[in-house]
Amino acid sequence: MISSAIIPQPLARLPWRLIFLVLGIASIGILTLYSAAGGAIRPWALKQGITILFFLTVAIGMSWTSESTIKQVAFPMYAVVLVMLIIVEAVGFVGKGAQRWIDLGIIRLQPSEFMKLAIVLVLARFYELLPAGDIRKWRAIWPAVALIGVPAALIILQPDLGTALMITFIGVTVMFVAGVPLRVFMIPGAAVAVAIPVVYQLLHGYQRRRIDTFLDPESDPLGAGYHITQSKIAIGSGGVFGKGYLNGSQSHLDYLPEGHTDFVFATMVEEWGLFGGTLLILAFAFVIRWGMRVSINAKTRFAQLAAAGLSATIFFYVSINLLMVMGLAPVVGVPLPLVSFGGSAVMTIMLCLGILMALERQQRTTSRLV
Amino acid sequence: MKLENAKRFTSVHQSLTFSRRMAIAAGAQTAVGALLIGRLGWLAVAENQHYQLLAESNRVQLIIVPPRRGWIVDRNGKPIAINRSDFRVDLIPDQLENPEQTLRALRELMGLDAEEVDRILRELKAAHGYRPVQVAENVPFDKYAAVTVRLPELPGVNPMRGFSRFYPGGPAVGHLVGYVGAASAEEYEKEKNPLLITPGFKIGKEGLEQTLEQRLRGIPGGQRVELTARGKLVRELEPKPDRSGAAVQLAIDAELQEYAARRIGEESGSCVIIDCWTGDILAMVSMPAYDPNSFSDGIGRTEWKMLSEDPRQPLRNKVLNSLYPPGSTIKPMGALALQLHGVDPKERVFCPGGYRLGNRFFRCLGRHGSVDMHRAIAKSCNTYFYAMGHRIGYDKIAPMARKLGLGQKFGLPVVSQSYGTVPDSAWKAQKFKNNRRVVERPDWTASDTLNASIGQGFLIVNPLQLAVMAGRIASGRDIQPGLVGVRKNAAPPIGLEPKHLETVRGGMWEVVNGDGTAGASRLQIPGVEMCGKTGTAQVRKIVGSQRGQSGDWKYRDHGLFVFFAPFDNPRYAGAVVIEHGLGGARAAAPVAKDVLTFLFDRPKALASLAALEEQWGGSLAERNERRANAVKAAAAAKIA
Repeated sequence: MISSAIIPQPLARLPWRLIFLVLGIASIGILTLYSAAGGAIRPWALKQGITILFFLTVAIGMSWTSESTIKQVAFPMYAVVLVMLIIVEAVGFVGKGAQRWIDLGIIRLQPSEFMKLAIVLVLARFYELLPAGDIRKWRAIWPAVALIGVPAALIILQPDLGTALMITFIGVTVMFVAGVPLRVFMIPGAAVAVAIPVVYQLLHGYQRRRIDTFLDPESDPLGAGYHITQSKIAIGSGGVFGKGYLNGSQSHLDYLPEGHTDFVFATMVEEWGLFGGTLLILAFAFVIRWGMRVSINAKTRFAQLAAAGLSATIFFYVSINLLMVMGLAPVVGVPLPLVSFGGSAVMTIMLCLGILMALERQQRTTSRLV
Repeated sequence: MKLENAKRFTSVHQSLTFSRRMAIAAGAQTAVGALLIGRLGWLAVAENQHYQLLAESNRVQLIIVPPRRGWIVDRNGKPIAINRSDFRVDLIPDQLENPEQTLRALRELMGLDAEEVDRILRELKAAHGYRPVQVAENVPFDKYAAVTVRLPELPGVNPMRGFSRFYPGGPAVGHLVGYVGAASAEEYEKEKNPLLITPGFKIGKEGLEQTLEQRLRGIPGGQRVELTARGKLVRELEPKPDRSGAAVQLAIDAELQEYAARRIGEESGSCVIIDCWTGDILAMVSMPAYDPNSFSDGIGRTEWKMLSEDPRQPLRNKVLNSLYPPGSTIKPMGALALQLHGVDPKERVFCPGGYRLGNRFFRCLGRHGSVDMHRAIAKSCNTYFYAMGHRIGYDKIAPMARKLGLGQKFGLPVVSQSYGTVPDSAWKAQKFKNNRRVVERPDWTASDTLNASIGQGFLIVNPLQLAVMAGRIASGRDIQPGLVGVRKNAAPPIGLEPKHLETVRGGMWEVVNGDGTAGASRLQIPGVEMCGKTGTAQVRKIVGSQRGQSGDWKYRDHGLFVFFAPFDNPRYAGAVVIEHGLGGARAAAPVAKDVLTFLFDRPKALASLAALEEQWGGSLAERNERRANAVKAAAAAKIA
């Protein structure tokens, strides 16, 4: 990509197109966080910048990992994360009304974040090990369903509906590209449609309210529907080119709740308008397309499935958040990766990208610079 | 479960499937991406104006500046209800840094009691943002100054100059004007006006303050500000000035009103004076009365309890809401009806001390011998009115009663009016259908006529109606009582024979100035003669010799008096009712005499009042203050 003889080989071999995209998205995020803090790098923008640089370095470092190493850690990693989920459930730290963390003193570990990666790797490994002829057999399905279902159930108990849904979606996507018969998706799909009313009854009060207000946000404009209503006002009032940087009244006057985390897209679009929003969506689309290319060009089945699953992880992150922020999905608490303030999502996405870069490196026998 | 395995699935198939599925997945992702951009475009372009409006209404808020309430003045421009500038202290919840510490400091500085602190804490919990919570109003200057000095250490405390309603007349105008108070939750629900929940804003709660609310209220001003969602002030935009409410002039003569209130003294009663040419109500007093000033500051539970348990009913406007049998006060009205139906005023009836109807004997108050109409009014001879009433029948008397205002609901801006009953045979038949407890048989009997002829039985009226009756007889004009505004023009004639009216007025002259029932209440003013008619209304049935003239206060007869003056050119008319005052001549007529004296010779009236007030233990203001202190002491005793 970068054709210059003075750039050392290892550096030149990095996937610069992806890195520029990621840095571009991260810059938009940091600028937005700067504005959301009322024009200050504290408390969010600076910290976010450091987090992103740190994890980007980690991701680039990971790109030298060999595929066989990744394969080897797939099952152990899954097992460890699963145990951590059980620990969270058992002695979980109570915060924000949800048990999601393991407090290690210096850092709070959120095992459900790692599960997004682990589920992809473990399913890719599982389908790689499965003989090609068995893909239409029962034994191609139930282990995968169990691998997805157990952590998803644990995460729902936390309760974190958004992450549980994401893990299910990611796992199902891997199963889908692995070639599991279509009926396997159709029949449970129909079952889910039937089960929705039942599940609805079992949901927590706040989860149920979120769904109620998603279906009719104006029914409770000051209560639970407030988030969606204010978010739509912020996005809608921005117009084509926005109100101008640092001029978003919704976010600056605190009408937009969570304007620096889950609803950061609304903060950004209020100031940058349709133009800025579309730009950000396209940037994410290119990142996902890059991941999908890695999958298509992969030489091994594991790399194919893992790359597809990791791209799907990024896709679900972005699309669930944006659907939610624009009032097309219930508020489930999924952040916009690289843009929303918070280390967990940045870490997950960077680990995804790190593995994707590692897989991509394996595909290239030589540098593209030659 | 065994899935179908039609043919061997090889790695070639696998890679084909993978490519196909990846294409589907990519397609689905692209579709979602298109949906997202489409949705973004819809919100930001198609719905842009709608959301821009919403964002703007989020951003800019109006902080209401309550308007000053319009004054209420009397017919001479003397203030009845005004606004006194006072000091108030509010809390802005959003600017409070340490609510507990601030409250503790305020409690010390301002001497708030536990009850108050409790209320403030409760309101602080419910309030949020920029909407102030009241700490205290009517703060004395020294305490206000103490708070102002310590302001730098008390963030969120907002000392302000405000306005409170002040009624110079105190209890004298209580029932007339009512009082103001903070709007209740129901009142806010009804109007949905944010002004109503602005601290320090008061609305009319009773009397004229309530009925004239829309005229007195004014138009609130506003400070347009940019506020955060939590109510923090970002910057101020251009303000909108408020407009004070309009002043309202009443027909009332404030000084006369106050005099009449003072003159009733410790009695439970009412006094109405009207201009019998125009119908203007010059005084409308019900005593004892609450002090609207203490209500406007918010009334304590103890005071409310004391007021509502008082047997003299200080919370009831007796002019409009108490109904009494009018007793003999309606005899002049009866006399007009008799003349209209052909009774010659010269015709004499012999009074042997009563009237026999079948086997019942209806008593008169005395043995008056042979009486004509003039003398029958003067002496209040029941026998005459029994006999004559029986002759023409009550169905012919009732229309006259209505013509003179009895049973009439007047077009007045008052909260409620009880208008009583003028019975006749149709009324009784109707009542028999609806309410058998009141009426035992459907047909109108001769004894019903006899009872009604002397103002007992089914006939019940309020004091204002009695005053209007006196006024219509005095002027022969169809006056309508008026409370608001000063009328210049006399009312049109009522259409009664002047000769009939003269006969009746002559009888009423005799009552006071001849050897009639109220001879003791003659006016001591040269050239001004009062005419009147006494009445005594039974509170309970006569049992044996017990006539309600002795015994428990609450079973004693009411004393009534209707009157007008001067005799030769009537200008003022009125009615006085003293509850349980034993008799009209004894209790009511002296009040009427002094109140009328006040209209013609103030020093003389004030002198006689001073003598009386000395007996009662101080002027109305002094007694009112004593009562207020007693209430305070009782409230303190309850808390301790």
